[in-house]
Amino acid sequence: MANKILAVLEQREGSLKKVSFEAASTAVKLAKELNADVEAVAVGLDINNLSEVGKYGISKVTLLKSSDLANYSSSGYSEAISNFAKEINAGYLILGNTALGNDLAPRLAVKLNSGCLVDCTHLNVEADNVIAIRPVYAGKANLTLKLNSDVKIFTIRPNVFKAELSGTENATITEKEISNPNLKSKVVAFKKSEGKLDVAEADIIVSGGRGMKSAENFKLIESLADVLGAAVGASRAVVDAGWRPHREQVGQTGKTVSPSLYIACGISGAIQHLAGMSSSKYIVAINKDKEAPIFSVADYGIAGDVFDVLPVLIEEIKKLHS
Amino acid sequence: MKIAVCVSHVPDTATRVKIGADRKSIDPNGVTFIINPYDEYAVEEALKTKEKLGGDSLVYVISVGTDANKETLRKALAMGADEAILLKDDNPRDSFGIAGALADEIKSLGCELVFFGKQSVDYDDSIVGQITAEMLNYNCVHIVVDFKLDGNKITAEREIEGGREVIETELPAIITAQKGLNEPRYASLKGIMAAKKKVITEKPAAASTNFSEVIEMNLPAPKKPGRIIGTDSSAVPELVKLLREEAKVI
Ligand SMILES: Cc1cc2nc3c(=O)[nH]c(=O)nc-3n(C[C@H](O)[C@H](O)[C@H](O)COP(=O)(O)OP(=O)(O)OC[C@H]3O[C@@H](n4cnc5c(N)ncnc54)[C@H](O)[C@@H]3O)c2cc1C
Ligand SMILES: Nc1ncnc2c1ncn2[C@@H]1O[C@H](COP(=O)(O)O)[C@@H](O)[C@H]1O
Repeated sequence: MANKILAVLEQREGSLKKVSFEAASTAVKLAKELNADVEAVAVGLDINNLSEVGKYGISKVTLLKSSDLANYSSSGYSEAISNFAKEINAGYLILGNTALGNDLAPRLAVKLNSGCLVDCTHLNVEADNVIAIRPVYAGKANLTLKLNSDVKIFTIRPNVFKAELSGTENATITEKEISNPNLKSKVVAFKKSEGKLDVAEADIIVSGGRGMKSAENFKLIESLADVLGAAVGASRAVVDAGWRPHREQVGQTGKTVSPSLYIACGISGAIQHLAGMSSSKYIVAINKDKEAPIFSVADYGIAGDVFDVLPVLIEEIKKLHS
Repeated sequence: MKIAVCVSHVPDTATRVKIGADRKSIDPNGVTFIINPYDEYAVEEALKTKEKLGGDSLVYVISVGTDANKETLRKALAMGADEAILLKDDNPRDSFGIAGALADEIKSLGCELVFFGKQSVDYDDSIVGQITAEMLNYNCVHIVVDFKLDGNKITAEREIEGGREVIETELPAIITAQKGLNEPRYASLKGIMAAKKKVITEKPAAASTNFSEVIEMNLPAPKKPGRIIGTDSSAVPELVKLLREEAKVI
């Protein structure tokens, strides 16, 4: 069996994403435990911070380069990366479970005749085998699994694995020109959404529920998010009412998030909502009903009125930063 | 054109999960099962596409699983699908096992356009559509919120972090549906009655390799009950202090 671990790095607009360093660091840790070699690969045109993976312990990174692959193409990226993985005889591939990673990993799996486990929150080595834990039923249960294929692919949930600085050097970059990439599917445009930050990527999320009473009142949620550098989230009740767009919905039929801090304002904490956010590191709830289920997962709660609490909270945070 | 929709049969999202006696799956006792919510968008998009194309287009719904999945197939028939197929296997399959059976059936039916949900809300993998597409060598756009078909040409918008990618591709293709793609129709009484009379074709699911093996299922460690630190804005300074000094998150 091949004994090489490949971290697949993701870039957007020419910069590696944070989750790529988490993937690199995870690959390095697994390589140590499996006594395997480790290297990294990225696809794109020019990536400004590619050599930084060296700081996380990977000294060798290959850029599969093509002007046609500056943006994601499911067909182009999966073909280029699977060919490269075959060429270096990779036994393991580690990716971030982003929109791109989750789209790409299963395609690579079929091309490499391997299995893949997505959205893992733990990867441990036991008896020379990688054992994965992944949340199922939107976090209501955890499943421990292993893969029986020769090549094994794992995607890691963003914000869960640490990006540990373990090297000191920049990585050596080898560029490989990809000629005639497979562009059967290609991105022809990108429509940026209005929100500044996406709940899936934010370190802090301020979420509002029906207790906010109207779309207009979400100005309070937005101001708090602004001063904290946070993303705005929403409960389904609020999305269904048309106060907020669906991309902000957190929960079982929205996004599963695990930020460092989740502030729930006027959200009751229905089981479908809790499922999507209860793995956040710290949870704050502001709800005038002290029996609301959201308090059962909150680290800190204020059993009060959002319209009384939020303006003061915004001012206090502003003071901190001034 | 022959259009297919793949649907999964999942526990109601309000389910409180209990671990089953095998310690590897949930205890299904007392659990209500429903059509996977995202698959309703898939069914709706297939029906809309059929209506637009007119002629002799047909919508097939396919599910891999046990007899219990017939309930979900009937729901799709009631919405307006033409034919339902149960690919039977009483043993659980992983995403690759499921995709293998689906790919086999899609191929033998000759469906050029196939709709999936973006994710099954049981194991939340969000990969069966892409695997099936790779197995069939079909194009695939995942997490679609806008879909247009013009002859052979597809323009689809896919949701990613911070926005939407506009993607161009061609048939044959698999599209996985995200909420926002459409408003799924309610089954009419007439539809429900007609669905009851329809025959669900049953056949054994084609063999396909499962690559993963479940070791165990556990409930997450319960969160420690938190503190209610006040009942109005006078508690805010204390909250900010805790977030800074204890949690160290701001
Ligand atoms: C198939 C399915 C999937 C679902 N998926 C999701 C999902 O992904 N995400 C999701 O969020 N929900 C989901 N739901 C819906 C879920 O069951 C709840 O209906 C929803 O989460 C409730 O939203 P809410 O907490 O904003 O509203 P409510 O439950 O109405 O709660 C409002 C809260 O605000 C409080 N409040 C009111 N006024 C004030 C005030 N002035 N100050 C402070 N507090 C106040 C109230 O005490 C109450 O607790 C799903 C449901 C189904 C059936
Ligand atoms: N057992 C199944 N039978 C038919 N389709 C399925 C099955 N499981 C998953 N799917 C389809 O694949 C999509 C994604 O599922 P998953 O990758 O499991 O999250 C679902 O929304 C369904 O469209």
